[in-house]
Amino acid sequence: MKTIRVQYFALLREERGLAEETVATAAATAAELYDELRVRHGFTLPRERLRAAVNEEFAPWTAGLKEGDALVFLPPVAGG
Amino acid sequence: MFKISAEPIHLEALGRALHDVAAGACATFEGRVRIKNDGRTVQSLEYEAFAPLAEKEGARILEEAAARFGILKAVCVHRTGRLALGDLAVWVGVTSEHRGAAFDACRYIIDQTKLRVPIWKREHYADGTTVWVGVAGTPPV
Repeated sequence: MKTIRVQYFALLREERGLAEETVATAAATAAELYDELRVRHGFTLPRERLRAAVNEEFAPWTAGLKEGDALVFLPPVAGG
Repeated sequence: MFKISAEPIHLEALGRALHDVAAGACATFEGRVRIKNDGRTVQSLEYEAFAPLAEKEGARILEEAAARFGILKAVCVHRTGRLALGDLAVWVGVTSEHRGAAFDACRYIIDQTKLRVPIWKREHYADGTTVWVGVAGTPPV
């Protein structure tokens, strides 16, 4: 198990009911962690509609997670 | 300089950041909150951003614009927080020797910002409902 800091924005923040949490997980990748959290919290957005960011940089879903990583799941963006 | 700002955008300071005696052209773009979107009447907007990554990705867009169009200086500021109708949501300014590069780079920067920068927009409508823009299938809140 490792400890991962997860931040939520926009729709995900509302569906989770908080902006940030620390989770203990056995997930090996960003994809596995989203799938795990989606089941636990009932997130409506499928992973295909999101991007992942690890330690404040875009990362592939297959990126391996390390103890203490900071993860953000990015909903479809809509700036401007 | 690409900045996410929780405070209203101050144009005078941005104008100074663009100043360059080599510049014969300055193109700017203002994105403002409008009352109609997809046929619905908007009352206000709310922007949220993952600021550290938004500013990094924004800086990359400005570097790309400099490399592609050979401009002198470029600035973009995007608001977060609650905005009223008519408020300034995003501002882009570009200086270059000649006008063509300034127009082209300004367009490139706003287009790429909308596509790539982690900023989210929630529309609050006159009928009391809200929607996160671009997230189709959002259940009513």
